[in-house]
This record gives sequence, structure tokens and C-alpha cells, in this order.
Amino acid sequence: MTASYWDYVARRFGIMLLVVFLAVSINFALPRLMPGDPIENQLNQLMASGGGAMGDVGAMVASYRARFGLDQPIFTQYLVYWQSVFSLDLGFSLTNYPERVGDAILAGLPWTLGLLGFATLVSFTIGTLLGGLMGWPRSPRLLKSFGSGVLLLSSVPYFLIGMILLYFFAVVFRFFPAGGGMPFGMSAGFNLESIRAIAWHATLPLLSIIIAEIGAWAIGMRGMMVSVLGEDYIALADAKGLRPRRIFLRYGMRNALLPQMTKLAMALGHIVSGAILVEVIFSYPGIGFRLYQAIQSKDYFVIQGIVLLLSVSIAIAMFILDLIYPLIDPRIAKGK
Amino acid sequence: MGRFSSFAAELARNKTLLLGLSLLLAICLLAVLGPFFVDFANSRVGSTIPRSPPTPEHWFGTDGQGRDMFTVMILAMPQTLRIGLTAGLISLSVGVALGLVAGFVGGWVDTVIRLASDVMMTIPGIAILVLVAANVREMTVELMAVIVATLSWMVAARTIRAQTLSLRGRGYVQVARLNGTSGLKLVFVEVLPNLLPFIAASFVITVSNAMLATVGLEALGLGPQNELTLGMTIYWAQFYGAIIRGMWWWWGPPILTIATIFVGLMLTSAGMDSFVNKRLGAI
Repeated sequence: MTASYWDYVARRFGIMLLVVFLAVSINFALPRLMPGDPIENQLNQLMASGGGAMGDVGAMVASYRARFGLDQPIFTQYLVYWQSVFSLDLGFSLTNYPERVGDAILAGLPWTLGLLGFATLVSFTIGTLLGGLMGWPRSPRLLKSFGSGVLLLSSVPYFLIGMILLYFFAVVFRFFPAGGGMPFGMSAGFNLESIRAIAWHATLPLLSIIIAEIGAWAIGMRGMMVSVLGEDYIALADAKGLRPRRIFLRYGMRNALLPQMTKLAMALGHIVSGAILVEVIFSYPGIGFRLYQAIQSKDYFVIQGIVLLLSVSIAIAMFILDLIYPLIDPRIAKGK
Repeated sequence: MGRFSSFAAELARNKTLLLGLSLLLAICLLAVLGPFFVDFANSRVGSTIPRSPPTPEHWFGTDGQGRDMFTVMILAMPQTLRIGLTAGLISLSVGVALGLVAGFVGGWVDTVIRLASDVMMTIPGIAILVLVAANVREMTVELMAVIVATLSWMVAARTIRAQTLSLRGRGYVQVARLNGTSGLKLVFVEVLPNLLPFIAASFVITVSNAMLATVGLEALGLGPQNELTLGMTIYWAQFYGAIIRGMWWWWGPPILTIATIFVGLMLTSAGMDSFVNKRLGAI
């Protein structure tokens, strides 16, 4: 690898460190910038919102006070906070007291990764193919007008499509379950029955993300296809008498695909934060739904933990992807 | 005048732009004029019989707390639009200013601005929004607009920076510079007017992003608590299980309104794209 590649890597690594640093610092600073005692603030709000049944409040206040060390100088608090972040100790949930924030996140993560990962890959495949065909002059008219409809749908936020699907396919016609990740009382395992139940419950949330996403992929691909088809080598291939199918796949799609791959990598990086509201609409047991519950019950430490996870995981994912880009497209490392 | 008539001619040719702008105009007119024709009292909790489907008396039915849905929709629309537009305007001004400075001054100033926008693009906006919204005592329309704006100025800054860089190298700017035109005059007289189409295009994208963040936050229950907004209406519908209970008139109108706003924004943006770039055909 050349020197410019290492310059590029160093720059991207710097950005990743900066993002992690900022995310942790903002997480540390925000509650302390608010007037009053952050712990009492949070617990008061919790009481005011009618919790009541929260377990031993006195013990919790004491444990949090010791944990934050609020009587110590601010700089010491900051260092202690970093230490707890590095040891992955995110504290306890306020509403489900003995539950650890880390465990709550780990419980939701596989659901979110599965749902979003699958939806992203499927919509990428369909959308890219559709976009390529829409940019191809020989495609049938019908396909192009169908494509335009899909493009319009892509502007509507996912969760709105989710609500409409939920109403029609789970309430009016009871084809699919109205929510949850799997039936009550069933535990996940590697057997046919549980995989079927999970797929059954995931159908509507998947569909709402896929329907909304296809258009976004198709727009990008159509634009690239149009500009690739204007290149001289396409005219040459055409003049040589190659079959249209071969020109479309080998000469058109293949070259137009590159920026799509970059975007796919980016989308996979944003996977955790992608569809919080879809999970909420379908009470899907992922990170997004947990975040929503935490917001509703003012469970501040869970909110903080999930936000920290979102920022740090995206920073790291983006850095890994930044390392891979130049291998796909050598122009990137050479600078624009 | 010349500029205006060429814009009118463009509209007649560019059906996508025309349709998008008409949709947005219709929504804005409804939002501005609507509140003069409804009785605010009907939007209060318990003002009518709750859970009633649409009737001649209550065109959109009533929600679980006895609010008249038609009145709620008319009053919620301007609030959500206000947040989205204010946030869009703030982030556009910040983005254009930073983009111009970065492109024109260059050097370490450019490096710092680019670094800041790279970092902000990596941080997931929704995460920061959730954190801030969970910490403030009371969310207001203005505060919400500012929060959304701080997270959406990057696209405008990037576009304007790239365009400024390319304009700076053009012959006529060089000539003006050699004639001894001062830096500020150069920016405002020679460069800025030529950036107008790009600024307009960035504005639509910025407003669109801001609206998306606004509606998402409101639907999570983090919007202004004491105001009626489209997202908050969806939040309450979701909170009281309106979908499962089959009360389509509760969540249907806000969904349709939000979808219309986004389709309008998208058509406008696509229309402007082909206007600015003249390369891709209309959708």
C-alpha cells in the first residue's frame, strides 16, 4: 500500500477517536449541565411520572451518588466515567432495578441486527436491480412507471408504512401477529418451530423497512446507470454487436454498482440506529423498542447506555468500512 | 424580472417541480389559514365524546381523550411545519456560511470545518437528539428547532464548499480579483449569486432532513409536550393502541399529512436536481 493510503487511514482513525471522545464526553456532560442534582432530578422525574413501585429508592440514590462521586472534583468524575466506559460498566436500569444496562442492551441487540441486517440486504438487492433496469433504455414502460411509484414511497418515513401494514395485515385481516418478536412463553432456539415463529413475527416489520428502502437504492442506481450508459465503452460494446443482456449486466450494472457498494457499507454501519420507530410500532424486542420504553419510563441510564452504544458502534463500523473502501475503489485513498 | 420569467418557463417544462411545489404550497396554505376557521376549544381533552368515528359533526372523528381530530390536525400542522422550516433555515444559514468560508479561505480553516462536518456525519443524530431531549426540563418548539438544526447543517456546508471551490477558480472571479475587488465583495457579488440554485436545492434537502428528525422525535414522545404536533398525535395514537383498536381515523390523518409533506419535498428536490444539473431526466 502507498503512503497516501496510510495518510488516509490515519485521518479516518483520528476521526473515529474524535467521535468516540465526543460521544462519551457529551454523555458525561449533559446531565451535569442541567441545574440541580442529576440523580435527584432523574429520580424525582421518575417519581412524578407515577412510578411508585421502584424498589428501594434510598439505596439507589446512595449507590448512584457513590458511583458518580458527585462530591469529587469534576475532572476526577470525568476520569472515573471513562474508566467505567472502558470496563463496559453502564450502570443499572432505574425501572427494572437489579437489571444491568449492559444486559438489557445485549438482550435487544440480536433482534435489531437480524431485522435490520436482513431488511438492508434484501432492499439493497431489489432496489439496485430495479434502479439498473429503470436506467436501461430498453426496459418496458410498465416497469419504469412501477419504479416511479416505488421512488415516491421511499420519501415516506418507515414507521408510517409500518403503521399502515400493521392495520391492514394484523388488525383488519389477521394474517400476521400484531407485535412482539415471538409468541409469549416461547423461548428462542435452533429448531424449525422457533425459526418459523420468529420469521412469522418479523414479516411485517421487515416489509415496512424494505418497501421504504427499495426506492432509495433504486434512485442512486438509476442515476449511476444513466451516467455509465453515456460512456464510450458502452457505445463500443453496442457497435461490436454484443447482446443487450451482456451489455446490461457486464458493462452497465457492474460499473454502476461501485457507489452502491459504498452506500451499502454505510447503511450497514447505521444498522443499529436505523429503524427505532419500526420496532416501536411492532413492539419488536430490539434496541429501538428498549430505547422507547426507557424514554417513556424516564429510565435515564438505559437511554444513556443505548445512545453511547449507538455512537460508538457507528464510529467503529465506519472506520472498518473506511479501511475497506480503497480496496473496492482505489480513487478514494488518493483524495478527491 | 428576467429571472422570474425563466423560472416560470422552467416550471411549465418541469412537471415534477411543479407538482412538488404545488403540494407544499397547498399544505402551507392549509397550515396558515386553517387555524382561523376552527374552534380551539375542540382540541382540548374531553371537549367531545371520545372514540367516535367520523360523523358529519366531527369530520375526522374524535380521539381517545375526546379531542376533535379535524381541529387537532389543523392546529398540529403549522407547529410541525414551523419546527421543520425553522430548523431548515438555521442549518442552511450555518451550512452556507461555513461552506463559503471553507471554500474561500481554505487552509486550516477549511481543515477544521471539514473535520467538524465529518465528525458530525458519523455521530448518529437521533442518538444526540434523544439524549438532549431526555435532559431538558421542558421541550419547546424553538428549542426543538435549534437541536434539530445543529445536527443537519453538514449537507449544505459540503455542497456549498464544493461549489465555492469550483467557482473560485473560474475566469471571471480571477479577473475580478486581479482588478482589486476586496474579499467580501468578491464573495457577495461574484460568488454568492451563482450559488443560489445550489442553496435552493440544499434548502429543500435540509428541510426534508429536519422534518424527518422532527417527526421521528415527536413520535418517540420527545417533542414539545404542551403543543399539538403531527408526530405527537401519532405518539398518542400509538400510546393508546389506536391501531390495534381499529381507530383508523386517529392515526390515518396525521400519517397522510406527513406522507404528503414528504412526497412534496421529494418531488421538489428531484425537480430542482434536474433543474440544477440538467442531466438526469425527471422521475
